[in-house]
Amino acid sequence: MSDISDAAVPAVDRPHDSRASRTSARRTARFGGGLRGPEGIMGWLFVSPLVLILGLFLVIPIAMALWVSLTNWNGSANPFGGGQGAEFVGIKNYSDLFFKDGLTRANFMQSISNTFWYVIAVVPLQTVISLALALLVNAKFLKARSFFRTAFYFPSVTSSIAISTVFLFLFGGGVINGFLKLIGVTGPNWFNDDRGLVHLLFNAVGVDNPSWGKAEIFGRSLWDWLSGPSVAMSVIIILVVWTTSGTFMLMFIASLQDLPVEVDEAAALDGTTNRQRLRYVTIPMIKPTIFLVLTLGLIGTWQVFDQIYVMGGGNPNGTTLSPAYLSYKQSFANFKYGSGAAMAFVVFAIIIVLTSVQRWVLTDKDDRKPLFGRRRKGASA
Amino acid sequence: MNARPLRKGAFLAIAASGALALTACGGGGFNNNNSGTQPSKTGPVKLTVMIGSSGDAETSAVKAAAAAWAAKSGNTVEVIAAQDLGQQLGQAFASSAPPDLFYTDASRIGTYAKAGNLFAYGDQVKDAGFVDSLVKAFTYDGKFYCAPKDSSTLALQINTGLWTKAGLTDADIPKDWAGLEAVAKKLTSGTVTGLVIGNDINRSGAFMRQAGGWVVNSSGAMSATDAGNLQGLQEVQKLMKDGVLKFNTQTTPSTGWGGEAFGKQLAAMTIEGNWIAGGMKDYPDVKYKVVELPAGPAGKGTLMFTNCWGIAAKSPNQAAAVDLVKSLITPEQQMKFADAFGVMPSTTEGLKQFAAKFPDSAAFVAGAEYGTGPVNLAGLDDVINKFNSQLATLTGTAGDPAAWLADLQKNGTAALAG
Repeated sequence: MSDISDAAVPAVDRPHDSRASRTSARRTARFGGGLRGPEGIMGWLFVSPLVLILGLFLVIPIAMALWVSLTNWNGSANPFGGGQGAEFVGIKNYSDLFFKDGLTRANFMQSISNTFWYVIAVVPLQTVISLALALLVNAKFLKARSFFRTAFYFPSVTSSIAISTVFLFLFGGGVINGFLKLIGVTGPNWFNDDRGLVHLLFNAVGVDNPSWGKAEIFGRSLWDWLSGPSVAMSVIIILVVWTTSGTFMLMFIASLQDLPVEVDEAAALDGTTNRQRLRYVTIPMIKPTIFLVLTLGLIGTWQVFDQIYVMGGGNPNGTTLSPAYLSYKQSFANFKYGSGAAMAFVVFAIIIVLTSVQRWVLTDKDDRKPLFGRRRKGASA
Repeated sequence: MNARPLRKGAFLAIAASGALALTACGGGGFNNNNSGTQPSKTGPVKLTVMIGSSGDAETSAVKAAAAAWAAKSGNTVEVIAAQDLGQQLGQAFASSAPPDLFYTDASRIGTYAKAGNLFAYGDQVKDAGFVDSLVKAFTYDGKFYCAPKDSSTLALQINTGLWTKAGLTDADIPKDWAGLEAVAKKLTSGTVTGLVIGNDINRSGAFMRQAGGWVVNSSGAMSATDAGNLQGLQEVQKLMKDGVLKFNTQTTPSTGWGGEAFGKQLAAMTIEGNWIAGGMKDYPDVKYKVVELPAGPAGKGTLMFTNCWGIAAKSPNQAAAVDLVKSLITPEQQMKFADAFGVMPSTTEGLKQFAAKFPDSAAFVAGAEYGTGPVNLAGLDDVINKFNSQLATLTGTAGDPAAWLADLQKNGTAALAG
C-alpha cells in the first residue's frame, strides 16, 4: 500500500516517511479518517461481494456440515434446533467410524481400503500415461497432431455416466470376454468378481489367508486390507485412467510448449540421448505441472462417486464402495446425516494429509520445511 | 503493515455474512414439527404424488385414477414418476416440501417412520379388508402406517417347451425340495440350467422360509442364526454344486434378473413374482406356466413384496391425501390397475376378483395366504445389503453361508440397538 507514496518522495526521506505512514495507517484503523483513510474501507467494499459469495456458498455450508457431523440429525427436524432428531452428540459419529464394532465401521474401513488401492493404481497410471501422450502429441515429427490431441482428449469431455454405461455394456455384456476368447483367454465375470488382485497374486504363490494376516486394524484383518483392488474395481480403474488422462495430457502439453527450445538444443549439442534429455532436462522443468497433476489426481480419486454410483454401487461384496458413495448412502438412504457428514470430513482430512505429504516429497531437499508445525526461523520461502 | 486491521476486517466480514446466512436459514428453511400431523388446509388443495413407475402403462393408470378423484373432489393432483424413488424421497424429506403422497416399499417403512417422515393414517383405512400379512408389513412399532397399494408373491415359472422336451409331465411338478432337485437335474442340459434365480435374499429367502427360518422373528428381534436359515441356504448351495441352479449373474452370458435368463432360455425354471408377465412380453415365443413354490421341510413358504401409499408427515394436505388413498384402494380401482399393468390387489376382495379374472396367476394369489413380507425394521437396510453382497458370491464349492448368517445376526442386532 505504501508503494505509491514511497515512490513519490525522494529516497533520502524514506525512513522518516515510512514511520509517518505507519502512524497514519494506525490512525486510519482506529478512527477511519486521515489522508488515505477511506482506502481500507473502499477496499473492503470492493471485495465484499466476493467475501459474501464465498462465505455464503463455501464457508457457511462447510461450517453447517461440520455441525451436522456432530449431531445425529435424521433429515426431518431442524438440524440447528437441537431436540429430537438433531441432538448434539459430540465426536460420537467420528469415534463410531473408527472404534465401534459394527457394520458402519466395517463398511467404512472397506471403502477406505478399496479407495486406497484405487488411488495407488489410478494416480501413477494416469500421470504416466498422460505425460506419455503429451510427449507424443508434442513431438514435431507427428503429423495430424491436432487430430490426435482431440482424440485423446475426447473421453474427458464425455459424460462420466455415459462412459460408465458403455463400460457396463463392454465388460458386463460379454464384448470384452468375447474378444479375450478369440485370443484363447477366458475372461472373468468382471462386475461379479470380488477377488482382490493382490490376493490373486498371493494365491498364485500358494499363500491364502496366512496366520500373519489375522491381525486386525480397525476391525478389518490385515489380509483384507492387503486384498488389492477387486476385479470389478479394476474395471473402474481402467475407465477412470482412460477418461482422465486426456485432461492431464492437456496440462502437460501446455507446460511442454512453454519450455525454452534453447535448453533442449543445448542439451542435444552436449550429446545427450533422447532418454537423458527427458530425464534430466524436460521432467525437472515441468515439475510444477507434475505436482499439479498429482495433486488434482489425488484429490479427484479420493472423491470418486459417479462411476461407483452407475457401476454397481459397492457390489460385488462391497469391493467397489468408496467413502463418497458410502457417505451419500448413509445420508440419503439411511437418514444418518451426521454419520455421513463425518465420513466426508474424514476423507477431507485424508486428502489434506496426503497432499501435504506429497508436496513435501516433491519439494527440493534444500527448500523443505518440516511437514507439520512451523517453518524453521531464517529459512527462505 | 496493515496486517492486523486486515485480519480483523476479514473476520468481521465473514462473521457478518455468516449471521446473514444463519438468519436466512432460521426463516423457515426447516420445519421443526415432529408430531406427524399438520393442521389441514381447507378448501381445494393441490396434491403432489410421487411414484416409482414400472413404465408408461403404470404412470398413465395412476394419472387417470388421480384425475378422476380430482374431478370428483374439486382438488388438483400432480403425478410425478420418479427416476429413482428412494433417492428422490430422501432428498425431498430433507427439504421442507416433500410430495404429499408417494409409493413406499415395505422394507423402507421402519427407516422412514423412525426418521419421522411418515404420517400414520392406517387407522383411517384399516376397514378396507387388507390381507393380514400386508398390514403386518406396514406396521412398525405397533402403528399401522399406510395403506397397502398392491401385493406380489414369488412362484415357480416353468418353461413348458423345455419341460415336455425333457420328458416331464404335469405329475412331475415339484411339490417338495426332492421333487425340485429331480426336475432341475432333468432340465439341465447344454446351455440350459434347470433353475436360475436372482442372487439376493429376495429369492434365496424363500428357501429359508420353507425350512422354517427367517431373518427376524415375530417379536422383532434378529433370528438369522436359526437353523432353518442355514438349511435353506445349504439347499441352494447343494443345487448349485449339482450344477442345476445358478444365480442370474452366473449364467453365460450373465443376465440382469431371473426373468431375463428364463426368457433367453438359459433357464428352464425361475422364481419370480407376477411382474414376470411384463418381462416375458419381450420373449413372446417362450411358453410357460406358473406354479406354487415347492414346500420345504417346514412346509410351504414364499416371500411377499408390497408398496404402500405413504403420506408425508410434513404434508399440509393430509386429509385430502387420505381421501385420495381411499379412492385408490377400492377393489374396482385396484382391478383397473391390475388390468393396466398386472399388479395384484392388496385386499382380500380384490385378490378374489383377480384370481377369477386371471386364472394363470392363481399360484401368485395362493402365495398371498402364507407369504412373508420383507424385513421392515429401521436401520436393517444396510445390514441386509451387506448380506446380499456376500450371498451373491455363493457358488457350489465356495462361500460360507453359516458365517454370513452369523454376520447378519451380529450386524442386525447392533443396528436394531441403534
